[in-house]
Amino acid sequence: MAETTTRELLLRPIFHRNPIALLVLGICSALAVTGKMDTAFVMSVCVTVVVACSSFVISLVRHHIPSSVRIGIQIMVIATMVILVDQVLKAFLFDLSKQLSIYVGLIITNCIVMGRAEGFAMNNPPKASFIDGLGNGLGYGFILMTVAFIRELFGSGSLFGVEILKLTSNGGWYVRNGLFLLPASAFFLIALLIWFMRTVDPDQQENN
Amino acid sequence: MAKESFFKPFYSVLVLAFACSFLVSLASVGLRPLQESNRALERKKNILLAAGLLHGDTKDKDIDTLFAQVEPRIIDLATGAFVSPETIDPKTFNQPASTNDPQLSRPLPKDKDIAGLRRLEKYALVYLVKDKGKLKQVVLPVRGKGLWSTMYGYVALDSDLRTIDGIAFYEHGETPGLGGEIENPAWEAGWQGKKLYDDQGKVALKVTKGASKTKGEAASYEVDGLSGATLTGNGVQRLFHFWFAGQGFKPFLKRLRSEEGKNG
Repeated sequence: MAETTTRELLLRPIFHRNPIALLVLGICSALAVTGKMDTAFVMSVCVTVVVACSSFVISLVRHHIPSSVRIGIQIMVIATMVILVDQVLKAFLFDLSKQLSIYVGLIITNCIVMGRAEGFAMNNPPKASFIDGLGNGLGYGFILMTVAFIRELFGSGSLFGVEILKLTSNGGWYVRNGLFLLPASAFFLIALLIWFMRTVDPDQQENN
Repeated sequence: MAKESFFKPFYSVLVLAFACSFLVSLASVGLRPLQESNRALERKKNILLAAGLLHGDTKDKDIDTLFAQVEPRIIDLATGAFVSPETIDPKTFNQPASTNDPQLSRPLPKDKDIAGLRRLEKYALVYLVKDKGKLKQVVLPVRGKGLWSTMYGYVALDSDLRTIDGIAFYEHGETPGLGGEIENPAWEAGWQGKKLYDDQGKVALKVTKGASKTKGEAASYEVDGLSGATLTGNGVQRLFHFWFAGQGFKPFLKRLRSEEGKNG
């Protein structure tokens, strides 16, 4: 692990070791907030900030964390970060925080955050942990934005709320596909994405 | 790794807990003024939304100008009379908090408590929308239990004090996509023009299961239910039956009607 460069740490989790596609973590919120691009974007930013900061802090104090209570301590750091993010959102981006509602709070239980804390930050220096957290947040964001792009385009005919395909309900030609508005559609899209990524990059396939 | 001492886990957790709670309370106290002003703006927005004064392209900074035509007043729920602003200031009166104050609220007996409120406040904050001094609409705060949560909303009544001009739910914890659709403007638009009271003055409004099939005169007492959210719909119906009957706003509306009648 020692030779991995900063660049690799940052970019590897986006495609080759994507937290959603390869590790299949953080699926819950990937289903819930991908109906619209803007919520998916804010959620990605929030998760990236939380993973990066909590990994950094945990890595900073990693030599002082008794192994018997390490999970509790990780959760405490993560929860603090999430509450901070939630408070900032409520103060500065009230409308979006209303749309994300409980999902910001649920970042605490997002397995990616805990997974990076336990799997990487506990054994690596702060800077590397921060970059790793950033990379994983971006990898999460990449999947979220891809899924949200497809769901919003075909479900609502718009991107970031801007009309792209004119809906029949507004006198246009495009009949919206209701399936893409439902969270279940994200299951299919994520599955297709995993299929695609494993075909392009066969290293990701498990040998059995 | 050296063997850990018995006490280390305890004090390391304590130290960290202290640091974390310090950060959280700092953020919570430091950002509170901003959050409060956001919430106040949101409340104003929903009052305007219920009254149909808010349009899709209204900017946040225009809210206060629009809100100038809305006059907040405190009323005594039991008698329906206005309480003078000197006794209780409408600007600082916190109606939700007053339900926990034994001086300002009373417990509801189980059989009367159809909206699941447990306690009912003595005073309520209502909003009069005026146009050139003449009453145009009344916006009333309502709340009641849905399937999972207490739903908070505003109801705007036309100057006949019988017809609904609009409703807006602004806080609830109902299932997103099902009961949560009560805050969907498309559904809320269906309330416009519905009649609250029948000719005998009884609350007659119903939220149907699925789309209402009634035709003619009776249809104006029925609102389409949300599919997949029958229990939330029942909650909405019950909260209307609670708030517009005797223990709710009925005395106030009665008094207002006679006063307005005198004024012309």
